[in-house]
Amino acid sequence: MSQSQKTTAAHRAAMAGAKPMIECRQVQKYYGDYHALRGIDLTIRAGEFFSLLGPSGCGKTTLLRTIAGFEDISSGVVLIDGQDMEGVPANRRPTNMVFQSYAIFPHLTVAENVGFGLRRDPRSKAEKAAAVEEALAMVGLKGYGARASHALSGGQRQRVALARALILKPKVLLLDEPLSALDRKMREQMQVELIKLQRQVGITFVLVTHDQEEALVMSDRIAVMFEGQIAQLDGPEALYARPTSRRVANFIGVMNFLPTRVLGETLSGVEVEVPGLGRVEIPAANVSHADPGDDGPSVGFRPEAVSLVSAGAPGQARVAEGVVDEVVYYGDMTYYDVRLDGSAGFDGQARPVRIAMRNVFGREVQDVGTRANVSWSPGSLVLFR
Amino acid sequence: MASGNRSQAAQGLGLIAPPLGYAVLVLAAPLLTILAYSFFKDGYLTVIREFTLENYRAVWSDPIFHKIMLRSLGVAALVTLVTVVLAFPVAYFLSFAVDPRKKSMWLFLITIPFWTSYLIRVFLWKVILGYNGVINSGLKSLGIIEQPLTFILYNVNSMVLTLAHAYAPFAILPIFIALEKIDRSLLEAGRDLGESRAMTFWRVTLPLAMPGVVAAALIVFIPTIGDYVTPALIGGGKIPMIANMIQSQMLDQDNRPMGSALAVTAMLIVALLSLVFVALNRRFLKVRQ
Repeated sequence: MSQSQKTTAAHRAAMAGAKPMIECRQVQKYYGDYHALRGIDLTIRAGEFFSLLGPSGCGKTTLLRTIAGFEDISSGVVLIDGQDMEGVPANRRPTNMVFQSYAIFPHLTVAENVGFGLRRDPRSKAEKAAAVEEALAMVGLKGYGARASHALSGGQRQRVALARALILKPKVLLLDEPLSALDRKMREQMQVELIKLQRQVGITFVLVTHDQEEALVMSDRIAVMFEGQIAQLDGPEALYARPTSRRVANFIGVMNFLPTRVLGETLSGVEVEVPGLGRVEIPAANVSHADPGDDGPSVGFRPEAVSLVSAGAPGQARVAEGVVDEVVYYGDMTYYDVRLDGSAGFDGQARPVRIAMRNVFGREVQDVGTRANVSWSPGSLVLFR
Repeated sequence: MASGNRSQAAQGLGLIAPPLGYAVLVLAAPLLTILAYSFFKDGYLTVIREFTLENYRAVWSDPIFHKIMLRSLGVAALVTLVTVVLAFPVAYFLSFAVDPRKKSMWLFLITIPFWTSYLIRVFLWKVILGYNGVINSGLKSLGIIEQPLTFILYNVNSMVLTLAHAYAPFAILPIFIALEKIDRSLLEAGRDLGESRAMTFWRVTLPLAMPGVVAAALIVFIPTIGDYVTPALIGGGKIPMIANMIQSQMLDQDNRPMGSALAVTAMLIVALLSLVFVALNRRFLKVRQ
């Protein structure tokens, strides 16, 4: 994998200085009594691959359609490249969209679809045809121009939709769940291609998705939305490693939660007592004050942030013991549910924790009921208080 | 397997046998009778059962037939044009502007003209358009005109008006269905790619609605060619169409072979034109998956 295919920290650092392309300020949207967008404040930088991630009904698509100009906002301001978009209709905005259904015109050929937006382009017919062919080549559909659009596969339709939007060289490309209709293999392939394409054309991409993996793979930054509000806006690693609320943690991957008693603040973090793990000092960077939930404070950790080790293995920082409750074998991975000794908690309820182990040659999969040694470190814990 | 298919086919035939028999009886039998009559000789008040092509020769060389057939086609074409052009905005409004929950109510309202018989509706137009009709007396009492307008009854205009009204629902429904089938994101895509509402309509909505438009045209065109009541009542019998001519041959002049030959010829012409419509629609439908 070349560097350009993967979102890198260096790339994001370069992005941080880029000028804002889309700015939303206190954007509110009502549908009758329904409050779809509840004060969105958001800045998307030029050249960024930005994702709006959330469950269905969280307002992510509404926000995208607001930027595209298909929905009016009830109050607030949307700026694109510094220009107020109020009263600017969709056909006059510097944005183009890849629709969830791709919206390929069934009565037109592939080339006619791609060239649809060029009607008022002052270039000659031959130049436009060359531009269409170039756009098709860019998405890997060289020579498909004369085909009828209804004869295309799902992946090809999506490429046509991309070419049709990118040929107009918009300032922002909006993508509304563009991969949800594709099968898994195709989806993974298109994810990589989209990233490459975005680096190549340098246009700001705004992607709407409900698929956390997709967002993590493709984005420079992700805004996680719930109920018309942005819950957290961060880069993929920060979002995954240090979610600021239990809700975000639960939406992005799996996280184990253990009820916790806070003992006190220290110079470098917070001292807590966790049943099953004992006394721990959580680094200040891993402490979230956003969402303690109804159950009071808790610590969370990802299934792969801890590991099973053989008894008495040397050099491990901390090891907790427990019993394997459940084993789920996935081929490359095995998921263990482990009941830690003394994890019954303050309410007397035992909560098994999920541990993900990559299966390596030579290590046997443990059986249900056997003793387990769980190696962990304070840095992999996140405290929600 | 094969025997199972056969028994299934037999079951199917058994199921459709009664309506099929009925259809054959009331449709095919009269048609075949007409076809047979058209090749018989006319023996003034009787029919001589001898084969002849004389009726067809007479029909094709008759300048009156040419004139009336062309008039029928012309009136039907005009009615089709007017009906489709008037029906399209209604169907568009119904599909795009009406609240989805109220669409069925609107469709129901559109069928209201069907609640009264066709004959009565045609007669009511006569009441509206007539010499002392609603329009003329209304305009007269308002002092706008002194003499009744004569160009609104007993001519082609009034026939087109009456027929267009009578066939409006037949045109609205297929266009409405074609419009309903258009993926709304296609229209957003048109806007997104820089086109105004009007241009999006022209480049996206209209081409995709064409199958409905062609179907509507066919549904209006075919029955209006053979319409009998409207030329008789609204046309005042002065501008007969092909159905009136057939009726005159069959009943007034009691020349059934000649009337049958006229009917068969008209039917052939309509069938040919219908094939053109079908070919057109196939072209438009080909683009839909």
